[in-house]
Amino acid sequence: MINKNLILVYEGEFTQDITKSVLAMAERNLESMGEESGIKRKVFNVMVECLQNICKHSETFDEETYGKTTAIFMIGKHDSEYFITSGNPILSDSVAAISSKLENINSLDKDGLKQLYKDIIKNGRLSEKGGAGLGFVDMARKSGKKLTFDFEPINEHLSFFSLKTTIPRN
Amino acid sequence: MNILNLEGTEDTPKIIFDNQNKVYEISGRSLPEDSAEFFQPVLDWLDEYKNAPDAETAFQFKLEYFNTASSKLILDILSKLEEVDGAKVTWYFHEDDEDMEEAGEEFSELVDVPFEFKTY
Repeated sequence: MINKNLILVYEGEFTQDITKSVLAMAERNLESMGEESGIKRKVFNVMVECLQNICKHSETFDEETYGKTTAIFMIGKHDSEYFITSGNPILSDSVAAISSKLENINSLDKDGLKQLYKDIIKNGRLSEKGGAGLGFVDMARKSGKKLTFDFEPINEHLSFFSLKTTIPRN
Repeated sequence: MNILNLEGTEDTPKIIFDNQNKVYEISGRSLPEDSAEFFQPVLDWLDEYKNAPDAETAFQFKLEYFNTASSKLILDILSKLEEVDGAKVTWYFHEDDEDMEEAGEEFSELVDVPFEFKTY
């Protein structure tokens, strides 16, 4: 963990206010490291989508039914790249849908992702939770790399969904 | 026509739609918790304005950052501009911000409104 140079780790409740605080802290850190503005913007972009995904999709579980569920967010830096990782519980029923969405994204090149983005923004509708269905696509576009993801069963209802996005520094 | 004037915050953009002073501008950062609710007043304002617009209306988009939920609403706003006769868009981007430039180009391909691109 230490030699991976973690910049920020947050575990606990995720709300819009916490999202704003985490973003402000991470921005200040990137600023103090003197990171180039283009890279900072991409990292910021991916952080927002990641944090807001957790806010929208991780808050609806009833503790009595599903057990305690906490989410985690971290950002770190290797020499040549930043990585933004999130982990949060989801209903196991949605694993297949999320997995196929991510696999599809990972199968596309730059132009394919651009086309997918345009198709969704043009024909899609905001979900009840206010998501545009564009978060993963946008993260993949800003990254330029494949998204890494995994699902671990937690109990009979829930699985732990982890997602890692890397932003190359050059 | 009422003036729409929203002060920018750390997660919402500054918006001024002012027909008296001919200023129509959205600027700053947009990552509200509920983008549909946040942008509804803009769509409402345009719904009224399109009934009696000026011969020309220049809308300025000077965004530093927007999240994906906002991008959906920005497209809704731009689509609404198709109904405003004489509407045109100036899309500003920071000179080293290729992603913002590309985002503007993609929007311009999705709607039938004249776009102009400028750096700041």
